[in-house]
Amino acid sequence: MDLRSFSAIHEHVKNGRISCKEIVDHYLSIIEQKSHLNVFLEVYEGEAKARAEEIDQKIQQGKAGRLAGMVLGLKDVLCYKGHHVQAGSKILDNFQSQFTGTAVQRLLDEDAIIIGRQNCDEFAMGSSTENSAFGPTRNDANPEHVPGGSSGGSAVSVQAGMCTAAIGSDTGGSVRQPAAFCGVVGLKPTYSRVSRYGLIAYASSFDIIGPFTNNMEDSALLLEVMAGADDFDSTVSHQEVPRYTQSLQFNGKVRVAYLKETLESEGLHPEVKSKTLETLQFLQQEGHTVEAVDFPLLRYVLPTYYLLTMAEASSNLSRYDGVKYGYRSFQTANMESMYKKTRTEGFGEEVKRRIMLGTFVLSASYYDAYYTKAQKVRKLLADATRKILKEYDFIVLPTTPTPAFKLGEHSNPLEMYLADLFTVQASIAGVPAISIPNGTDVHGLPIGLQVITDLFQEDKLFGFSQYLLENK
Amino acid sequence: MKIDRETVRKIAHLARLEFDEQAEDQIKDSMTEILDWVEQLNEVDTTDIQPLTNMSLEVNKFREDHIGEHLSHQSGLLNAPKKDQHYFRVPKVLD
Amino acid sequence: MVDKEIRDKYTIVVGLEVHAQLLTNSKIFATDSTQYGEAPNTNISAITLGHPGTLPKLNKKVVVYAIKMGLACGCEISRYNIFDRKNYFYPDLPKGYQITQDKTPICLGGGIPIKLGNGVRKTIKLNRIHLEEDAGKSMHLEGQTETLVDFNRAGVPLVEIVTEPDIRSSEEAYAVLTEIRKLVKYLEICDGNMEEGSLRCDANVSVMRKGAQEYGKKVEVKNMNSFRNVQRAIDHEAERQILLLEKGHAILSETRTFDADTGTTAAIRTKEELNDYRYFPEPDLCPFVVSDQWLEEISAAMPSLPQELYQKFVERYELPEYDAEVLTDTKEIAAYFEAICLQTQHYKSASNWIMGPVKSFLNESGITMDQFPISPDRLAELIDLVAADKVSFAIASQKVFPYLLQHPQMPAAQAIEKLNLKQDSNTDNIKPLIAEVLADFPQKVQEYRQGKKGLLGMFMGEVMKRSKGKANPKIANELLRKELS
Repeated sequence: MDLRSFSAIHEHVKNGRISCKEIVDHYLSIIEQKSHLNVFLEVYEGEAKARAEEIDQKIQQGKAGRLAGMVLGLKDVLCYKGHHVQAGSKILDNFQSQFTGTAVQRLLDEDAIIIGRQNCDEFAMGSSTENSAFGPTRNDANPEHVPGGSSGGSAVSVQAGMCTAAIGSDTGGSVRQPAAFCGVVGLKPTYSRVSRYGLIAYASSFDIIGPFTNNMEDSALLLEVMAGADDFDSTVSHQEVPRYTQSLQFNGKVRVAYLKETLESEGLHPEVKSKTLETLQFLQQEGHTVEAVDFPLLRYVLPTYYLLTMAEASSNLSRYDGVKYGYRSFQTANMESMYKKTRTEGFGEEVKRRIMLGTFVLSASYYDAYYTKAQKVRKLLADATRKILKEYDFIVLPTTPTPAFKLGEHSNPLEMYLADLFTVQASIAGVPAISIPNGTDVHGLPIGLQVITDLFQEDKLFGFSQYLLENK
Repeated sequence: MKIDRETVRKIAHLARLEFDEQAEDQIKDSMTEILDWVEQLNEVDTTDIQPLTNMSLEVNKFREDHIGEHLSHQSGLLNAPKKDQHYFRVPKVLD
Repeated sequence: MVDKEIRDKYTIVVGLEVHAQLLTNSKIFATDSTQYGEAPNTNISAITLGHPGTLPKLNKKVVVYAIKMGLACGCEISRYNIFDRKNYFYPDLPKGYQITQDKTPICLGGGIPIKLGNGVRKTIKLNRIHLEEDAGKSMHLEGQTETLVDFNRAGVPLVEIVTEPDIRSSEEAYAVLTEIRKLVKYLEICDGNMEEGSLRCDANVSVMRKGAQEYGKKVEVKNMNSFRNVQRAIDHEAERQILLLEKGHAILSETRTFDADTGTTAAIRTKEELNDYRYFPEPDLCPFVVSDQWLEEISAAMPSLPQELYQKFVERYELPEYDAEVLTDTKEIAAYFEAICLQTQHYKSASNWIMGPVKSFLNESGITMDQFPISPDRLAELIDLVAADKVSFAIASQKVFPYLLQHPQMPAAQAIEKLNLKQDSNTDNIKPLIAEVLADFPQKVQEYRQGKKGLLGMFMGEVMKRSKGKANPKIANELLRKELS
């Protein structure tokens, strides 16, 4: 029985061919078998089983929600009342969330079952999940390789069949990049499409919740359930949520752009390039317009992204001070030293580095030179991106320059940042982007293809991406 | 931009972090490297460009003045690293 | 102590930063209650405690209240508003930053009119009024190694009112605070209680030689918990600075805390110079826009303000300035006065009644004007009866008034009947009493006729006694004088 597709599961479950309990049991055993991949920080075994029974009853009574039978993992940045959440960090040791975030609540309201919380880079800062305080997660295609980050655990959980889908978050590529490395579908919705209430903040003007799935229908369904206005988030869009599940057909001819600079990029792995070119050739053959577009500002997307996200993060992480919750260093005589020891001991290296840099660029003498400057460049980059998306239906490019690299391969932070080159652009502009599996390299490591479209056009994105998937 | 030890200390204090000598060296170099890298933004001509300060398109998101979601006293103190019956407790603030 | 001669060489320059807690039900960015006096850590929510994953949502009423204050002070209301983060660490600041308005204060300019003891009027210009959230409370206990933190107050909405450095004396500062308190209470946006902390004040004090072109270095003074202490602190600080300058020392630009026991200021030992707040626009809140229509709605709903009423009382009701001052002290007193004036034309009497018997009663009993039992109509009746000579003011205030306090439903005339206090203006009743009195005190009569005019009071007293207070004193007085002459 195919447990990778929710529409299949939902059918089976409605017709009594399989129960939620059996589905949960199945996933629990895979989780057990593949525990060496270090995906789950906590597995809600008892709870998931109990809930499965509940949902089974509801199904029998004909009262079940749209997600009955769906088993989900949550990235360790999503608040779920009564459950621990710690953003992959020691500084939130023992912290129990006192509320459930809006997106997660909507999933629960439709009877999804949460099976556990999943490893990630600390405070979502990283591109390999090696920055977690709880050890790296490993790629199921090859455990010596990273799964990508920061939502590494969530990506692998779907890749390895530990749950039907997983909910992660994307700030500069944290859903798309691991999706590419793990050969699954990863969506970054339009900024503000999904409420951020309940998402542990990294960079407020970039963060967005996004699903990992094995197929397009599940991605569309999850977005449809999670998206939309919310009283608890002042920035969430009030724009109506289209019925994404009805948007998976595709016909007609479209205009597709690819950024010359991406395919000419220095670090681009030859097989990633060839797979991408194959897709572009396919589209051309099918009669779609495929054109190269110049994007001379491409080299500035990464410094813009890192500067702004570090600045916002340095402020968002000030609340982790040992006063109200989480870890506190107790070898301290006064408040000053408590703050310093707590934060120094509680945060990992990369987080501290970004806090330092963020604090620096926001400091009075440098604010204009760095922060304001980056915001202006952001404006230029966003406008240029959207200009392309007004002239073309989609931008197509590789999700990552290379397939999954080896654990420990990028020890230099800057090296690691450069790996995000293709994903941060959509985050800078706030536009939606998806990564879909696009074959593997000779070693069997997955390769991802990224499709970007204009603001709030996820329906178009789903249709076109489904078309691409069907024709691979 | 070259970062010196003095700056590291100042910034560390603002961020309530501390570094021993070795870590200080490392972070100093790391910060220098990354800031040098981001400085390429100065190559971009941003004359007359407005900074993009708001990514959301929303305006006037208000709520009415009603009392609503509260945390009980117990739930509020539940996660406190140190507390008593009524208060959160922290080491004394030296003024 | 500084000589007057030396002090007169200098001008004192003061600017005030006043924080007023707004009287909303819920906090500025979260739905927990703002109710004062609750048990510690009960007015809290995940948002207030800065839990991971929480986001702020702006309370509309806070904006309305701030705009009202701006309109009352003649400020320009900013149409496009954003919030900023002010980043610093303190245990009672849950997020490690305060959400405030740095770049776009909701109100700009404007002023606070004050009147000084010597009758001089001036307007203290305002720099801005902006919105922000309050922090929680940290309690440092003597001899204890720990600080206690209570987050009830965290997130309570504040307006910060910043004056220009227009204030030139501690007396002016006191007057500004008084006027601000009056205004916020008129507007019903704050209860103006410095002792409870709903109104707080920091002062920026500097001195300069008279005629100097530049302001001196300013020192921020904090921790003054009453208007009087603000005044004392400014006085002390100004002197301290003058003494330093006279000795040839420089003034250090620093923050000092006021000690109410000693009446002095002392430097705070924090590394203030390292405090860089790293303001940047709050990404979790979207901008808000004040439209023309909204501004008009708020404007239309404004109550009459003390200045307006003062003018009205002086011009329309022809009251002396002093009366107008007293009557506009609170909105409730002014309203009560006006209500009386709808029922009677004896405006000055109404004023006297309120400034006299009513206020005394309020002071003694500790109740407020809106709790006062006698309705304005009822008091107006009494005022008219006094004016019509049906009862003397003395009897009305000493006997009828207390009775009405106990029986507020009873019409004044009826009360007078009941108490048998109806003033007797009938000369036929009074003349015999006078004759009686004069007959009883022949010596005194002679002494009076020989020049001791002061004895009139004694005779009046006797006449009033024998009439059981009912004799119309004016008439009795007239008749007495005639008989005695």
